[in-house]
Amino acid sequence: MNDLFQVSITVNDTEYQRAVEPRLLLSDFLRHDLALTGTHVGCEHGVCGACTVLFDGFPVRSCLMFAVQADGHNIQTVEGLGSPDNLHVIQQAFWEAHGLQCGFCTPGILMTLVPFLENNPDPDEAAIRHAISGNICRCTGYQNIVDAVKLAAQMMRS
Amino acid sequence: MKKSIGERIKRNEDPRLLTGQALFVDDVDLPNMLHAAFLRSDYAHAYIKNIDVSEARARAGVVAVFTAEDMGEDWQPGPPLVSPPPTVEGVTFHSRRQVPLAKGKVRHVGEPIAVVIAENRYIAEDAVEDILVDLEPLEVVSDIETALDPGAPLIHEDLESNLAAHMIQRVGDYQAAKTKADLVISRRIEIDRGAAAAMENRGIVASWDAKSQHLTIWDTTQAPIPIRNGVATRLGLSGNQVRVIAPFIGGGFGPKMMMHYPEEILIPWIAVKLARPIKWIEDRRENFYATTQERRQVHEAEMILTREGKILGISHTFLHDSGAYDPYGLTIPLNTESHAMGAYDVPNYFSELTVVFTNKIITTPIRGAGRPQGIFVVERLLDMAAKELNMDPVEIRRLNFIPPEAFPYERVIIDQAFSPLIFDSGDYQPVMDKAVEMIGYEQFIKEEQPRLRAEGRHVGIGIVPFVETTGVGPYEGARINIETNGKVNVATGVGTQGQGHFTVFAQIVAEQLGVDIKDVNLVTGDSAEFHWGTGTFASRGAVVAGNAIHGSASIVRQKVLKLASKLLEAPEEELELVDGQVRVADLPRLSISLGELAVEANPLRGAVEPGTEPGLEATSYFGPKYGATAFGVHAMIIEVDPETMMIEIKRYVVVEDCGTVLNPLMLEAQVHGGVAMGIGNAYYEQLVYDENAQLLNASLADYLIPTASEVPRIEVGHHETRSPLNPLGTKGAGEAGAIPVPAVFAQAIENAFADQDLEILEMPLSPNRLFELLMEKEGES
Repeated sequence: MNDLFQVSITVNDTEYQRAVEPRLLLSDFLRHDLALTGTHVGCEHGVCGACTVLFDGFPVRSCLMFAVQADGHNIQTVEGLGSPDNLHVIQQAFWEAHGLQCGFCTPGILMTLVPFLENNPDPDEAAIRHAISGNICRCTGYQNIVDAVKLAAQMMRS
Repeated sequence: MKKSIGERIKRNEDPRLLTGQALFVDDVDLPNMLHAAFLRSDYAHAYIKNIDVSEARARAGVVAVFTAEDMGEDWQPGPPLVSPPPTVEGVTFHSRRQVPLAKGKVRHVGEPIAVVIAENRYIAEDAVEDILVDLEPLEVVSDIETALDPGAPLIHEDLESNLAAHMIQRVGDYQAAKTKADLVISRRIEIDRGAAAAMENRGIVASWDAKSQHLTIWDTTQAPIPIRNGVATRLGLSGNQVRVIAPFIGGGFGPKMMMHYPEEILIPWIAVKLARPIKWIEDRRENFYATTQERRQVHEAEMILTREGKILGISHTFLHDSGAYDPYGLTIPLNTESHAMGAYDVPNYFSELTVVFTNKIITTPIRGAGRPQGIFVVERLLDMAAKELNMDPVEIRRLNFIPPEAFPYERVIIDQAFSPLIFDSGDYQPVMDKAVEMIGYEQFIKEEQPRLRAEGRHVGIGIVPFVETTGVGPYEGARINIETNGKVNVATGVGTQGQGHFTVFAQIVAEQLGVDIKDVNLVTGDSAEFHWGTGTFASRGAVVAGNAIHGSASIVRQKVLKLASKLLEAPEEELELVDGQVRVADLPRLSISLGELAVEANPLRGAVEPGTEPGLEATSYFGPKYGATAFGVHAMIIEVDPETMMIEIKRYVVVEDCGTVLNPLMLEAQVHGGVAMGIGNAYYEQLVYDENAQLLNASLADYLIPTASEVPRIEVGHHETRSPLNPLGTKGAGEAGAIPVPAVFAQAIENAFADQDLEILEMPLSPNRLFELLMEKEGES
């Protein structure tokens, strides 16, 4: 049970070498071993989407993966997206459109949207709602999130 | 004065939240920190015969295991949150408070029995599995309707029955009025439980510094100051030895107002005991079993009317489910009583509430807090009456609204704060007019609906007004000071859970002091910064804390003007505060910055006038005599697929009157979120318990929270009737979105199946349940 496995995981372009228990969740690895606490954990059973990160560019639930499964792979978290003084365009759009309230689900939604907007530069409302339908937000009623995604798409196109 | 209040200003707090830089409780990481995991009861009602923790204690990495016995004299039930209403005759109230760890008996599934402290959470959870607990199951009180049966098992064996509270409130003489009524509508109305399900589960980190004898607690609470005071008392410390920080909180919605949860006493107690920092983070499953819930009530309700549709009276006798304990007093059922007359002039009222203990998780307010039940009762009865009288649902409501000249309108009953229920102000017709216009009511019922019905489609419209008592006391306070760099610091005791306090409070300050809102630094919910206050609940942040901040900012403004007048040698009335400067209105070159003034206000040498206070600083408090009552109307057009019973909300309109709008961007977003939760309450979210009081759907896969696919676009309109009770004229809006949604759903779905004569007398519905109701109807005919 307590045997440790060496892993090498690249997170936000930095390579981390760590020895981890095989049962360590990727979400816990990111949050507690690497102190990248922007990735939030809301349900630990893959429903709420708060812990979504990019795994080799694809959105995954980091609470449903073990850290050892990320060995040799590339992870991107919200910390790799932008900083308060240099927001990513999607972050900027969420700010402008008031697309967040408590902000707990926000990092997972942002990471879901990064590949979505790369693949769908001009999505309509139905497509946006479908894209975020795996992310639960309890505060906003989603409307301003949808508007933020539209704004982000527009900003990215121009 | 520069306009800031009422502007659509984006939020100060967002850049940190958007980049993962905002501190949430689970982000706190301290050296030598240990982790807690709980053993919780699998049974709803059982005697604890034996607990064997020896194997758990022996596991490598485990530091300690505690049961109730291990707490010795420190084991005590939690402090009561609110007292029973003292001002009403004949009230019964049995206070039975939750305990830090169950002793002798468990009373609901999920009640904590033991806690393991280990080097990490994984080991702590392993060790929980090592604990052998011998429970002797007892008969279960699984529902309120059987709780008072003779021979029902007793949850608290020192009581004669499972009765927790009983009280009657009356206005006028209902029985006498009934003899004169042309129409009597009687129905049984039932509402079931739901969860708040904030995205962030609860969590606590407690750290005891033995050298300084100081305890620091990070807690996902809506009430950091009362938590500090309660923990200090329990641990035998002074208030100033305990600092409670409620950092960014991932949604509250009521249950984080509950105090003190068992963990809120236990984790700090262990931190002191072991002299090491302890972290406990609730997981989602625990959130379903250990965080409070709300809404179950059964009403026998009646409305009496004239044949013209004028309400003569309302009567309802109802059961309220308190769960296994009743730490939150009567807040929820009193709110129901306050709202079961809706926005109407009701001359006669009889309300009898009976609160019972059940072997279920404790109930405390969730967004709406008893109000949705009250509004559902009155609006349902009114809909039934309208059908009987062949009246338009909008018309019967217009006929009964409290007229504008009747405010302040006294209800003669007591409200949740035990004050007389008084509606401070209101003007209901124009709000209804606006909603009718926005949804296109006339056009829909006259043209669109007949056309769609002819195509065989089931489309319905609902339109329901509601009142919301908000902004109750007792008080909040704020300290404001201007720094020598010209920035403004604001500290207040309320916690923040996403409402946008960092921005809306900054707007209130900016308006008084003429600074950019980005130059206002706000600290909420840190007892080291401000240690007076009660918390964020009852839609009161903007009203009570907002007006306290306004008060403090006004005093600081006076200090600024007085000092600047002296230094600039100009009369105060000629000065203006703009862009962080005080300047002479006609001579803008003659100016001084707020930062320079702050330096001048804190002299290091020299004599001053007696009575001088240093700095540009002020602390003030605001406490309203009673709450400010908001009003609004929700309207919805819905289509139901008659095969699948899946719904499509085609339009959703809200017109909200919460007095002065501080920031429409944020107000509208509050409404959106409230409606989304209301949609859950109406059609998706139900906590299903079986006959053993086992919760059957304790996961987000089984308990359905509306997603972006279920929540429609919500159109929000405003109307402003300022409250006379506070200088800003504000009323609360935090819960408004959620309150009337079930009532609107019921009306709209009935309307969609008008030919089936469907009656909806329960919430929440679901596609399954709607199908059953329609089948029952079909069976009858």
